[in-house]
Amino acid sequence: MKDLFRGELVRFTLEEPETSTKAAILWQRDSEFQRLLDNNPVQSNSEKKFREGFEKEAENGFKPERCGFSVRTLAEDRFIGFLSIWLDLIHREAWVGLGIGAREDWSKGYGTDMLKLCQQYVFSELSMKRLSLGLFEYNPRALRSYEKCGFRLEGRTRMDTMREGKRVDSLWMGILREEWLQMQEGEGK
Amino acid sequence: MLDIQTQLFESQDLRLGPIDHEKDPEIESKWTHSSEFMRLMDTEPARPLSAAVIKKQYEKLEKRVEENKNLFHFMVRLKADDRLIGKATIQWIEWTNGNAFLRLGIGLADDWRKGYGTQALKLLLRIAFAELNLFRVSAIVPEYNQAAVALLHKFGFVQEVCRRSALERDGRRWDLYVFGLLRDEWQNRSTG
Amino acid sequence: MKDVLTGKLVRLSAFDPEEMSKSWSRWILNSEYFRLLFSSARPLYSPKAELKWMEEEVGEISPANYFFGIRTLAEDKLIGELGLEVVDWSGREAFVGLGIGESEYWSKGYGTDIMNILLRFAFTEVNLKRVSLGVFEYNPRAIRSYEKAGFRLEGRLRSLLHREGRRWDNLFMGILREEWLELNHESPGAGNGVG
Repeated sequence: MKDLFRGELVRFTLEEPETSTKAAILWQRDSEFQRLLDNNPVQSNSEKKFREGFEKEAENGFKPERCGFSVRTLAEDRFIGFLSIWLDLIHREAWVGLGIGAREDWSKGYGTDMLKLCQQYVFSELSMKRLSLGLFEYNPRALRSYEKCGFRLEGRTRMDTMREGKRVDSLWMGILREEWLQMQEGEGK
Repeated sequence: MLDIQTQLFESQDLRLGPIDHEKDPEIESKWTHSSEFMRLMDTEPARPLSAAVIKKQYEKLEKRVEENKNLFHFMVRLKADDRLIGKATIQWIEWTNGNAFLRLGIGLADDWRKGYGTQALKLLLRIAFAELNLFRVSAIVPEYNQAAVALLHKFGFVQEVCRRSALERDGRRWDLYVFGLLRDEWQNRSTG
Repeated sequence: MKDVLTGKLVRLSAFDPEEMSKSWSRWILNSEYFRLLFSSARPLYSPKAELKWMEEEVGEISPANYFFGIRTLAEDKLIGELGLEVVDWSGREAFVGLGIGESEYWSKGYGTDIMNILLRFAFTEVNLKRVSLGVFEYNPRAIRSYEKAGFRLEGRLRSLLHREGRRWDNLFMGILREEWLELNHESPGAGNGVG
């Protein structure tokens, strides 16, 4: 059986609240990182707020509708980002959100590797039928990465985001289990 | 001159208004016992709820409206006899993006196909665009809800996203559509 | 779309602890009833105590738990209660428990009707893959009813129960989604698309 938590470049793990806190506070400084991740106004959360959030999450323990991973590189065992999964247990659909904190780590293939691991986890371990994600029109790097993983563009909600005085679209993407299985067969896995 | 005379809450037959905590729970409880209504209105499993539970939900709802400031909720009543026939919300409002999602439901099948949906949606859109100053509104509808799809098309909503096989009901998968309407599009239709 | 809350004789309604605790306290005075439902001796509680317990049980709305009252279509009378609990999301399995409190409705097809509605709800609204239940060896009426609905005997928990001076088995029954679909002449992937 495959190692669900180990990809080609990265691995899934779970950091202690303190480690996550220190990283979050640093990554938050980069407004581009925040703006790529979310279309809500950028924030300046305190360490205290982050710590309380991560500690509460750790305390709450296992919830079947939510699954969060920290991501470390295999090469240097560096904590570079996170990947979160939300599950609709009734309709067997998962949503994924991911972020790589430091810009030096962008465009290195980490995102694609993280998503491939996520797809494997969601389809072969969580038995979901669909995996969805959203991104913004101004994030072409992510779009390329997601397309490489087999996500299909299912539409755009027009001008639902406004930044720098411009209105831009949100892109909605999804991949079905059958499509992922076909891709696996194609790759001879 | 600014038109503040045209009523935001009233149409020919309907009035948008607040929750009646005493009378409404019993009526809404009845709606939740209809498999057809629940499956058209919601993607969560149809679950009959008691009036007591609905009353508690109303309290939580009003609290959310107060605290989050990103939600407007209206009960829809007939002007003639003040009877509660449905509910309407403008939710997930993102003020900085000028975007929100609409939800509208008429509870009893006997009240369908009477033009109430059209009247209620018209009021909701005016509040969204002319009062909340939103730039666009969205609506999520399952492919099998043909009445809702038709109503949205009537108002010029564009089907922007097709979330393929996102729902499972009656042993098969269904698509979930996301519709959008921009303020300019609404404006042109209203005046035209 | 199909109606997932209504059958031929009954419909599923809200589980209202206020109303249910009153009926329940009356039903439970019939010792035959509670011996069919509970594996161990159970003291009688006051309606108020039952109410409190019920409110805790059904308190939170969760995708894993569904509680219903059962009402006759003819007179809209509350005759029993039903619960579905998802125990494993990976396997998509749930346990069902039901009781018809009003004994004049026993042996009249109500149990089978209720189970048919429940299975439609479980397989086509919650989208589960299997439904399990436990039933006592000395409850042949229920066993027949469940078999009619499609449940198969999968095992016995031997000598689990001790009543009237002897031991009894607890029967473990289960039904799979494919089996139910076939039984009801519905092929997987079919279903009318009318709004």
